[in-house]
Amino acid sequence: MDTPELFDGYGPVAGFDEMFEKSEVRENYGTIHESFLKMGAEEIRLRADSLASSYLEQGVTFGVAGEERPFPLDIVPRLIESEDWQHVERGVRQRVLALERFLADAYGPGELFADGVVPRDTVMTSPHYHRVVAGLEPPNGVRVHVAGVDLIRDGNGDFRVLEDNVRVPSGVSYVMTNRRALSAALPEVFADHRIRPVAQYSQALLAALRKAAPAGVSDPTVVVLTPGVYNSAYFEHTLLARTMGVELVEGRDLVCRSGRVMMRTTNGLEPVHVIYRRIDDEFLDPVQFRADSALGVPGIINAARAGHVTIANAVGNGVADDKLLYTYVPDLIRYYLSEEPILRNVDTWRVGEPEQREEVLDRLDELVLKPVDGSGGKGIVIGPAASKDELDELRGKILDDPRAWIAQPVISLSTVPTLVEDGIRPRHVDLRPFAVHDGDDVWVLPGGLTRVALPEGELIVNSSRGGGSKDTWVLAGLSEPEDAGETAPTATPIAGITQSAGPAFDSDTRGVQVQEQEQQQQQEGPSC
Amino acid sequence: MLSRIAQSLFWIGRYLERADDTARILDVQMQVLIEDPGMDERTSCEQLLSVMGVEDYTGIPNRWLILDLLAHNADSPVSIAAAIGAARESARRARETLSTDIWAAINTTWRGLSAAQAMRPPEMFTWVRNRTAMISGIADSTMSRDEGWQFYMLGRSIERVDMTARLLSTAALASGPQVAWPTTLRACGAYESFIRAYRGIEADRQAAEFLLLDRWFPRSIVSSLAQAEKALTKLESSGQRSGFSDEAQRLLGRARTELEYRPLADIVFDLPVEMERLQRSCAAASDAVSARYFAESEAHTWRGGVLL
Repeated sequence: MDTPELFDGYGPVAGFDEMFEKSEVRENYGTIHESFLKMGAEEIRLRADSLASSYLEQGVTFGVAGEERPFPLDIVPRLIESEDWQHVERGVRQRVLALERFLADAYGPGELFADGVVPRDTVMTSPHYHRVVAGLEPPNGVRVHVAGVDLIRDGNGDFRVLEDNVRVPSGVSYVMTNRRALSAALPEVFADHRIRPVAQYSQALLAALRKAAPAGVSDPTVVVLTPGVYNSAYFEHTLLARTMGVELVEGRDLVCRSGRVMMRTTNGLEPVHVIYRRIDDEFLDPVQFRADSALGVPGIINAARAGHVTIANAVGNGVADDKLLYTYVPDLIRYYLSEEPILRNVDTWRVGEPEQREEVLDRLDELVLKPVDGSGGKGIVIGPAASKDELDELRGKILDDPRAWIAQPVISLSTVPTLVEDGIRPRHVDLRPFAVHDGDDVWVLPGGLTRVALPEGELIVNSSRGGGSKDTWVLAGLSEPEDAGETAPTATPIAGITQSAGPAFDSDTRGVQVQEQEQQQQQEGPSC
Repeated sequence: MLSRIAQSLFWIGRYLERADDTARILDVQMQVLIEDPGMDERTSCEQLLSVMGVEDYTGIPNRWLILDLLAHNADSPVSIAAAIGAARESARRARETLSTDIWAAINTTWRGLSAAQAMRPPEMFTWVRNRTAMISGIADSTMSRDEGWQFYMLGRSIERVDMTARLLSTAALASGPQVAWPTTLRACGAYESFIRAYRGIEADRQAAEFLLLDRWFPRSIVSSLAQAEKALTKLESSGQRSGFSDEAQRLLGRARTELEYRPLADIVFDLPVEMERLQRSCAAASDAVSARYFAESEAHTWRGGVLL
């Protein structure tokens, strides 16, 4: 039965749509498209509703200004072909390795400055460059234990890097919960595809964290450090701790004693060796950073410096997240790895450089201006959407502190069909793949978080701006084996054991009993 | 186990039990108000509020006021709404240690609260009892019997002693005992067990005895005290040969033996006073548990560069 109204009014799409090419369904999405048509609008709505209520019941939420909100998950999955994914995977790995080398260099010998790859000033003036960790060597050399690299697809469908997140990238919990929820909501569609699993993330992370333990600790105690229940990513912190089977601690649960970090337990203080922290640098240690912060642990940096505890991700990584540094990453890849970048950056102007600034100031109304140290879409000004006053204000800010800005052309992010009020409509998406570096290899979780901008035409996809998410399906290639370690143990059926049962209710006896009891009642008078 | 998490589990146990028992107590009270024509609504509501430890309130005590203060009003710390909210908040803070099932059960209960508050009171009380029973059932079948479980059971048992004591006081204070005792037994789900145990002979004294001293009935005070002591013994790993180094264990053990070895007549002679004493023992035991196991979680706070 055909219910065409589901995709009616879809398009024509401006830019690159991942399901439709003009009005034709792309081949890879054929099965999904067909299944949706077969189910029909009403059934899809029903399933979307139960998806939403299951998220409420499980408390899959994120916090906005202290209030918990369910994390919206769209019912239409996003597909990524095996070949496209291999390209992304290699590109992300390359970037992480280059950024590791950069961080080690910037906090160590500084050869890149001597060789003129990046001006020393660019790094030293970054608000995220922390001199206190200069010279601090992490136990297995890893600083970027977890990376989240934000990608978009441009008008040609090519993946481009939007920014790197090597401080405390979040969102991976939604990748895992989205998968479980969507496979429950669309089991038949799911079964029609060979989709690479995502559940192994926690084990990969735990293995990487254990490998990062201080020297000589054979069975390290790993903890996840959270700012607390009011943090927007608290749900994620609990999920990671729960699935890794480690303690989720707050700053007040930890204490430093003679250069070691201990946690307060019912049996007194116990040592901690690896801290996967989800607290920003500035709040981590009141001795070194903000003295007024109650979230962190006084003395934790010294403990790390003494080599008794590993902080993951490393303190000071923010300098690699700086959007000005981002413009140099292709050069860093060439410099450290002698390779050409696999994933291209989005074209970017460095507003701090006089000639580039001229051009940017001339074209403010057609560019996107981003503060270099902003995250979560904060402070971004989209030229074509801004009023004259906003642009004038922006111009003033840029002239005051040009180092603080970069500019990019407005890129039309690719769209994917998304269920909204009016039916299924194109909405802009980005993609954040997650990478885990254990010192030997950079492993990239197949898929990552697809964020979708729910308001029509909106280009900023952050959840704090009303963004939702999609389950991201990376298809397994024909020659690829299913991911190792994912196969369930094969069960041999056990024969001959019947389930034990209570007393038998033989129908004859029951008949007799019913009769007897009815007689009994008559003797006792009518039951009431 | 982290002190903070142990504390959360202890309080999850307490709050859920409190919500359950408050629903039971209110159920009795509402039933008695309806069924007993000789009842003075104002006095009896005043007594209930005093038994529940509510001293400050405005308005004339009547059934609507107690419903508000003890069931609906989330700002009233003794209300069912507040207890469920607090249990959910504790669960959220201990989320990574709870099984997904038990978390979802607590979260769903909290989410369903406003719908439940729109029900008629007896329906809402049934809903609360069913939800809390479901959560205990899930906890029972999905939680590992580790330290966390012991803290959860400890909280639940101490709260049960405290609340059953309040329930007994309410029954004793009610002027129409013909109605009060059977209703109290029913509220505890104890009516049938009681009838079976005493072969249908109903008497106030026996009903009180049953709820106080029956070793087999899980809501009785003695068996709840024994349960709490058991949890404490499991937590206390040192295995001493004599005496108890643990203050909470001493307090609860003494409370239990005082009930078990004194003549029943002594206890029931002035039941409300005895029950108040029991509540004090519970509060002291709870404090002792906090001091011993959770003290580490009373964080040192660090402000403006000074360790306070």
